[in-house]
Amino acid sequence: MSAPKDKAFDNGRIAKRFAALKAEGRAGLVTFITAGDPDLETCRAVLHGLPAAGADLIELGLPFSDPMADGPAIQAASLRALHAGTTARRTLDLVRGFRETDADTPVILMGYYNPIHAYGVDRFLADAIEAGVDGLIVVDLPPEEDEELCIPALKAGVNFIRLATPTTDDKRLPAVLQNTSGFVYYVSIAGITGAASADNAAVGAAVERLKRHTDLPVAVGFGIKTPEQAADVARVADAAVVGSAIVTRLAGGLDADGKARPGLAEDVLGFVRELAGGVRGARV
Amino acid sequence: MTRPNTYRSGPDERGHFGIYGGRFVAETLMPLILEVEKAYREARADPAFEGAIREQLKQYVGRPNPLYYAERLTEKLGGAKIYFKREELNHTGAHKINNCIGQILLARRMGKKRIIAETGAGQHGVATATVCALFDMPCVIYMGETDIARQQPNVFRMKLLGAEVVPVTSGARTLKDAMNEALRDWVTNVADTYYLIGTAAGPHPYPAMVRDFQSVIGDEVRVQMQELEGRLPDSLVACVGGGSNAIGLFHPFLDDPSVQMVAVEAAGHGIDKGPLAHAASITGGRPGVLHGNRTYLLQDEDGQILEGHSISAGLDYPGVGPEHSWLHDIGRVEYVSATDQETLDAFQLCARTEGIIPALESAHALAEIVKRAPKLPKDHLMVLCLSGRGDKDIFSVAQHLGVKL
Repeated sequence: MSAPKDKAFDNGRIAKRFAALKAEGRAGLVTFITAGDPDLETCRAVLHGLPAAGADLIELGLPFSDPMADGPAIQAASLRALHAGTTARRTLDLVRGFRETDADTPVILMGYYNPIHAYGVDRFLADAIEAGVDGLIVVDLPPEEDEELCIPALKAGVNFIRLATPTTDDKRLPAVLQNTSGFVYYVSIAGITGAASADNAAVGAAVERLKRHTDLPVAVGFGIKTPEQAADVARVADAAVVGSAIVTRLAGGLDADGKARPGLAEDVLGFVRELAGGVRGARV
Repeated sequence: MTRPNTYRSGPDERGHFGIYGGRFVAETLMPLILEVEKAYREARADPAFEGAIREQLKQYVGRPNPLYYAERLTEKLGGAKIYFKREELNHTGAHKINNCIGQILLARRMGKKRIIAETGAGQHGVATATVCALFDMPCVIYMGETDIARQQPNVFRMKLLGAEVVPVTSGARTLKDAMNEALRDWVTNVADTYYLIGTAAGPHPYPAMVRDFQSVIGDEVRVQMQELEGRLPDSLVACVGGGSNAIGLFHPFLDDPSVQMVAVEAAGHGIDKGPLAHAASITGGRPGVLHGNRTYLLQDEDGQILEGHSISAGLDYPGVGPEHSWLHDIGRVEYVSATDQETLDAFQLCARTEGIIPALESAHALAEIVKRAPKLPKDHLMVLCLSGRGDKDIFSVAQHLGVKL
């Protein structure tokens, strides 16, 4: 099944942002934090500070009790968020609040299908658009299940960003790319988030391979932990995605009871600034 | 809903039983899932594969096991004529080995070098470790830390058999978390590793494949009942966690309209005692997506998965195989539940009247028979799947009965 080709969201925030990055001649920084981690108030402070700290696109994790593609850092972040009372509705509230202060930075929700399934697909899409969400990354929805959410999302005008991985061979790649919009997220290792890092040459070759199959921007993630690694990726891809390292930095700012210590948001944003420095300086 | 021409043709080519099933996995795993499906399809068409399974089931597992007339229990309950399908007499003491034999032969055929599995109570872990020892393959078993503490004898068994048992400390540290961790291992080691799933759930083709490997239970019952009584049974009763013993018993009879089927879920402290008090996904949950398939799940309004409770560690999984969800919706199988207390009573009754200590899982099905058999005529032939033996459970039963060992 094919998505409608007259994608109204070609002029959306994601496309505009990548066009602007291209004009600037640099790659983008995509930052991941989990909605409601460690609590809604602190998360809001981090979220609102991200664009000024240098995040070009924002991935906001929709917490799930069973994040089976995530490593320990993001698993723990999801549990903290759930314990703090984060729901899909409150996640959308966070986005809505963010949009009052920032009309341009793309926000992509990333997570697993069941919370969206429980919310109701059509209702979720309507509420996500209303809140100002630009795209979805749903880890456990491969192209084989496109009818579930991908096609409805594209019809509603929400980008559906697909993961391509080292196991996605050339034969399979067209199926993976067919209904992808916004950008392609290349998972640089076969593994979970926050695990090993891929080597630069392999990432470069993988991005080239993807570029042969698609005109969409390619963001690369999984295993990027330092400004230097982010810079390496920024030299070969359209954007570098950092998640676990940011979430780990955030966890370092919690006290023994898991509560945010004063200064946590500033510290996390300081780290994002370092990452952004790496990405922005990469092609100089 | 209209009645299909056959109940046995599922799943469709995309792994769906009605709206259930499917392949909800990360892209990294998807090519591998397709490879497993292709390899399984080819293996099924190869008489040598079927022959190898048959040989192992006969010589190593000890099949066919008896269809045993439980005469004293029948007299005691005073109604239906009760037969036990004695899966507990299999090597390793449960039905789990039927599936493990099939899947390890498939893994070898695929050239895989390493086996991983999840386990809750440890029965599937022991069965997997057993076949890995037999076929000389390295074996890693993921088991929740909470379950490791509850099931020490099975942990030691797995280690004796040469398996590495990895404690899972994420989430609630039980079966669902062990399954998450096994999926994380698989996604990291896609090239050489085969994930040997223990129940008729997970992404397609696992629900169909595990069902096929377990259908030997029902196939034997059909032949044995013909020999013993000259006809089909009238009803079949089995416990359901993920549901592999139940689907293995039921599937060969689905198109025999005279055969009633009853599946018994774990009601724990009682389904009316709230969502955390039981493990009855169908009778007390609603459809969602977890571990690769759409099926009935224990979940809150926000789609977060809940921890089930049951006296039986083998049944406290928050999901159920997708084919069961479909069989429930179309009404072909009746889904009921038994509480911890009803199960304990049936467990003791079986031990005293038949001299058989059943697994707590199987005792849930026995509890339903105790309710149902007295109301039925003496010529009603009822088959219970005695899916496992209860040696592993004597410590927890003693604890519940207030006995110090």
